[in-house]
This record gives sequence, C-alpha cells and structure tokens, in this order.
Amino acid sequence: MLIKTKNISDAKSSEIVQQDFYYNRRKFLTSAAGLGCAALLPALGSPAFGAQKPLKNVQKTAWGDKLQPTTFDAVTTYNNFYEFGTLKSDPSKNAHTLKPHPWTIEVSGHADKTGKFSYGDIIKPHQLEERIYRMRCVEGWSMVIPWVGVPLAKIIKRLEPTSKAKYIAFETLLDRQQMPLQKFPILPWPYVEGLRMDEAMHPLTIMAIGVFGSEMPNQNGAPMRLVVPWKYGFKGIKSIVKISFVEKQPPSTWSVSTPHEYGFYSNVNPEVDHPRWSQKRERLITGEGGFSALFAKKIETKMFNGYAEEVAGLYAGMDLKKNF
Amino acid sequence: MAIKRSRPFFKTCVFFAGLIPFGWLAFALWSDTVNATVYMTADPVQKLNRELGDWAMIFIIITIAVRPFADLTKKPGLVAYRRMIGLYAFFYALLHVSSYVGIDLQLDLMVFVKDITNRNYILVGMVSLTLLFPLAVTSTKGMMKRLGGSRWKRLHYLVYLIAILGALHFFMMTRADFSRPILYAVVILVLLGYRGWTYQRKTRLKKRTAPTTEAT
Repeated sequence: MLIKTKNISDAKSSEIVQQDFYYNRRKFLTSAAGLGCAALLPALGSPAFGAQKPLKNVQKTAWGDKLQPTTFDAVTTYNNFYEFGTLKSDPSKNAHTLKPHPWTIEVSGHADKTGKFSYGDIIKPHQLEERIYRMRCVEGWSMVIPWVGVPLAKIIKRLEPTSKAKYIAFETLLDRQQMPLQKFPILPWPYVEGLRMDEAMHPLTIMAIGVFGSEMPNQNGAPMRLVVPWKYGFKGIKSIVKISFVEKQPPSTWSVSTPHEYGFYSNVNPEVDHPRWSQKRERLITGEGGFSALFAKKIETKMFNGYAEEVAGLYAGMDLKKNF
Repeated sequence: MAIKRSRPFFKTCVFFAGLIPFGWLAFALWSDTVNATVYMTADPVQKLNRELGDWAMIFIIITIAVRPFADLTKKPGLVAYRRMIGLYAFFYALLHVSSYVGIDLQLDLMVFVKDITNRNYILVGMVSLTLLFPLAVTSTKGMMKRLGGSRWKRLHYLVYLIAILGALHFFMMTRADFSRPILYAVVILVLLGYRGWTYQRKTRLKKRTAPTTEAT
C-alpha cells in the first residue's frame, strides 16, 4: 500500500495541474495575440500587457507546485495599490509613472550593516526562488500567485541585526510624482508595515521581485515587495525603500488608519470576523470573469490561509482574537 | 400644451434611459463571459454590487434634483418624470441588495441576519431600502388620488431621509477614499437646503398675500 504524507498546505487532487501549465498557456496566449491581434494590443495600452523582462536562474520549489495559479491578466490588473488609485483597475492603468530602476533601499536601526543599498546589493547575492502562494485579501477574495523572490531571512542575515532588533519595519516610496495618489490624504503616507522578527525570519516569508517568472510589474509593487502568505494581503507592503530593525512594535498603515478594523498581526483567520463582514469564506479569483465568476461557489477560508502547519507555532499561547 | 403632447414620448425616453445602466452591466458581464473582456474586473461580484448601489444613489439624487432643476429652468412639466426616476432608484436599490444576498452571500440568510444585527452600515442601508417600499407602492396615479395631494406629498418627503441614509450607508462602508460618499452627501444637503428655502419662501408669501385663506 502506498502511504503518502500530506502537507496541510498541499492542494486537493482536484486542484492539481501539470507543472508549467501556466507558462505554456501564457506562451500560447502571447503567440496567439501576436498573430491575431497585433494591431489591437497597442490600443489596449495597459502596462499589464507590456513585456516584463523574464528572470533568469529561478529555482523551482515545491511551494504550491500543486496549486493552479490565477491568470497573469487577473494578477496584474486586479490590484489594491492606493498610491495609484482606489479602484482595482487603477494601478495597472496608472502605475507606469513609477520608476523601479535604479532603486535605493535604506537600512537603519539595530543592525551592523546599515546605510544605503542598491536593488542589486539586496537581491543579487541570493538564489531566486519561485513560490506559488495563496494570497488572501482582507476584503474576502483570494488568488494564487507564482511569486519570484528571495527568502527574507537570507537578506536579513546579511544585514546582521543585533539582539535589540525585535521587529522589522518597512516603508514604501514617498514620491508624489511617481505615486500620484499620495497627493490626497486617503491614507497616511508613506505606507508602512512591520513584522515580528520571528515572522520575518520564517522560511515562508519572501521579498518578491517578480511574478510568473518575470520582473515585478509596477502595479504589483515593483521592484521589490513583501509576501507573507499566512497574513492578509495588505501586510505585503509594496515598492519598499526603507527597512529598519527596531525594538518596539512598529506602526502599520491600516492599523493606524482604522485601528478597530485592522491589527498589527492580521493573520488570516476564519474565526475572527472583520467588523464589517465575515471572514469565513472567500471568493477565489481564477481569472475567469463574467457570469462564471459571478456564480462560482465560495471556498472556506483556512486558518493562517492554509499555512497553519508551518506557522501556528509562532503564535502559541497568543489570543488571536485580541491580537487580530 | 406642447409639453403635454410630447409627454408620453419623453416618458418613454426616461424609461429607456433608466435601463441603460442595467443594460450596460448585463452587456459587460456577457462580454466578459463570452469575449474574455474585463469590464467587470476579475471579481465581478464586488464590482456588480458596487455599481448597483452607486446607481441607486445616483437615481435617488436625480429624483430630488428634478424639482430644483424644473424651477431654475422654468419648466414645471419636468416634475412629471420624477416618479419614474424614483422608481428606478428603488429598482437599483433592490438589485443592489439582491446581488449582495443572492450572489455575494450565496443566499446564506443566517449571515444576512447577522449582518443586519451586527453591522451598522448594513442596518442603515436596509432601513433606507425599507423606507423606499411605501414610496414605490404609492407611486401610481390611483394611490396619489386615494391618499390625497398633501398627504401623498408629506409621505414622499421621506425621499430626503432615504437619500441621507443611503449616503450614510455609503460613507460607513468606505474604508479610505471618502470623496464619493462626501460628494453625494453634499449634493443631497444642497438640494434639501434648496427645498427648505423655497418652502419657507412660499409659506411666507402665502401669509402676506392671502392672510385669511390658509387652505389651498
């Protein structure tokens, strides 16, 4: 008899697809578009359709290799990135003003290696990995996204934080020219986020620099963004320019803006409702729109977004209702 | 006379104009399904619900704007189209709630009951919709006659409360960008202010010109 041990985060067999399925599908779609609608494409004018440079030497990992990714079009045109507009379709239309290269990241606080670093300084020394993760938005929808990135732990280790570093704080670019909606007080700008050190060092946490094997599109948070798959999507701060190692729990934008609705931890938890809606179920966005998406059955939201086996230990003994 | 003769024609126009948002949403969903366009985004559940709610608000605001607009343009005949526009506000508000319960909650009525009792913005929205029912029911000519002009009018002043509750509902469910709900609220308050001002002026004028005959 064949006994297979199963990871909780593994997919059901019904969700299994052949590896490279989406790559082939993308290739097919691109070539079909190239042949058939070449004249149409410039008219669409969306940067989502602009060619992102493919990333080289990306190591495949077992993370989510059995999950069916959401389509490239949905991942790159359905975004919450308020610096470019509050509609989901705004970032893909407006984010062309962002200039992700060259990019400087300032590291400060309790670490031995502080100062200004280039994008290459931070990312280049490390092996790029592909991680296919579920992404659960606090609004009640989810996607499956094939990220390319580096485990944040590897980056942190090279910066040599001291024992005083209990938390890590991140900051998005503040530039009203590049991020036009920062002219309006929709949120306190710049967007800030933070993690507890053990969360930041967890092997699931990555600094992502791409999706679908190519460089990160601007609307998804180019050139680098945080991905913490067991937390609600807004913890994944985009277009990071500052990293600091701090002793006390740093502020996070949404918990400052609406403290009774968004907490610092923001772990995906079906048992703790958002004050204005239930978090028990979610709409999985596959990329298929129209009536099929309208009447698709919602799926059950899993504790820690299905990564409980890996991360539940981080919160042992903690009241997750209080620390929402 | 000219206005009277063309009224059925314009009524038909208003009827079809009110269906345009509905037709557009239906077309957008159909096109996204068949032609893989993305008019309704990758998450049409949220998009459809927001659009329907938005159109309910817009039709409510048009309804209460008809009288001031008719006064300013000196075209009192325009008021004849007001009931139909108001019925469209009811139509879109009803679709808005139906899409929430039927599509978003997938008919999980227990969750809906919990929503109404636990979530103030849904309670406010539901009160607003409930108040629309008596107005919709009494919108026919027959009901107007049965209630009598002044009672009918008094009942239909409820539309201002409905509009304010609608804007409040929108404001309460917004999480960051409050520009739209604030815009709606300001427009509603300006229109309400105008009606209050003309009402006062009218009663004052009445007192001055005909102090002995109060009844109209």
